[in-house]
Amino acid sequence: MASLRSTSRLFAASRPLFRPATFARSYATVETKNVDPVPSENPSMKTFKVYRWNPDKPTEKPSMESYQLDLKKTGPMMLDALIRIKNEIDPTLTFRRSCREGICGSCAMNIDGVNTLACLCRIPTDAAQESRIYPLPHTYVVKDLVPDLTLFYKQYKSIKPYLQRDTPTADGLENRQSPEDRKKLDGLYECILCACCSTSCPSYWWNSEEYLGPAILLQSYRWLVDSRDERTAERKAALDNSMSVYRCHTILNCTRTCPKGLNPGRAIAETKKILAA
Amino acid sequence: MFSQKVAQQSLRRLAVQQPLAMQWSMMRASPAAIALGKGIQSRPVTTSPNTEDPNQILAKQRLNRPVAPHLTIYKPQIGWIGSSLHRITGVALSGSLYLWATAYLASPVLGWHLESASMVAAMAALPIAAKIAFKATLALPFTYHCMNGVRHLTWDTGRALTNPAIIKSGWAVIGLSVTSAIALAFL
Repeated sequence: MASLRSTSRLFAASRPLFRPATFARSYATVETKNVDPVPSENPSMKTFKVYRWNPDKPTEKPSMESYQLDLKKTGPMMLDALIRIKNEIDPTLTFRRSCREGICGSCAMNIDGVNTLACLCRIPTDAAQESRIYPLPHTYVVKDLVPDLTLFYKQYKSIKPYLQRDTPTADGLENRQSPEDRKKLDGLYECILCACCSTSCPSYWWNSEEYLGPAILLQSYRWLVDSRDERTAERKAALDNSMSVYRCHTILNCTRTCPKGLNPGRAIAETKKILAA
Repeated sequence: MFSQKVAQQSLRRLAVQQPLAMQWSMMRASPAAIALGKGIQSRPVTTSPNTEDPNQILAKQRLNRPVAPHLTIYKPQIGWIGSSLHRITGVALSGSLYLWATAYLASPVLGWHLESASMVAAMAALPIAAKIAFKATLALPFTYHCMNGVRHLTWDTGRALTNPAIIKSGWAVIGLSVTSAIALAFL
């Protein structure tokens, strides 16, 4: 809503008249000019430097573009700032976003040097400090802040992220699990596959073709420890080579950066223990 | 029907109370304007139809895609800086060991004097500051690599793998390795 604030100010005068009606809707508009109708009294202007690259102009090198926003009129999160830039300053700025509450993983990007979700990242209130926004590190850039995650999704598919069973259950109904076994999946199933951890991992930067990366290994571990899955041996065999898991050198950028507070580093350590056992 | 009535009513009230608001410029996004088709969005950037095969466009784009910046823009954190130091000190230590061992093996042939007695004499001849600096530069990579190695062994057992533990142990290793390197340098 914060991003709509100044747009809807145009119609602020008519608002109270509409209010008694059963609907009080505002219609989406795209302003043609960058005018701030009512500048705030003492604005706190912050500079946002955003990585730009346009596939339609492939000969031009990627560059950083500066945008100035008044923090007093911007929502608290980085995503609010990006949406405001796109709505009011530069409609060509491209980024992914959807849920704005950290559950879809679309707005994963590198903000002030750390991979995180723009919707969960507060804008540092120090207006003098400029913020730098890059796409996820060492990914191929589709446009501006949009990374190509094709390989990431292919790798996810490669670990067969679904329940594999050969025997039917005793009563032919659900695949039951004890509360203790269910507990093993906590901290694993919450992963939203935003790719923040994988793209923060230097090992993944240099070996992404063969190394699976923290996000996929966390998911792989999630299926390894699932008491209902019956293909554990097969899953272990698929990981038992020098590249899939063992390119992890416990740098632990993954655990440090996870916007959901999960621990891919521990999952990989546990996977190594399972493989060694 | 109800919503139409409401819209009509509120428009009338608007016209009476604030005639200015009924100007076309202000009407662009009102329900009445939408109904009349006057509320069509305008975009400052125009697009043109593309007749090319989309897959071809994609293939062409893929060839040109830049790689997003990585090492140079990632925030320096104790985790990955410490890890790269571990790698660098490991390479430096093993490299110098290999160099030294090869030189020691080859010294009788080449006529170098690398046996203990002459090394001790050479070291003793150095001024005190040079002695300490020389020993410290050898000791620091060694102590750091050793202590960080213990940290890695702990992690391999699945312990101390939480964010606070990672940060604390990282700084602890740096503190311990610097103090022990200084102690070794003054031996």
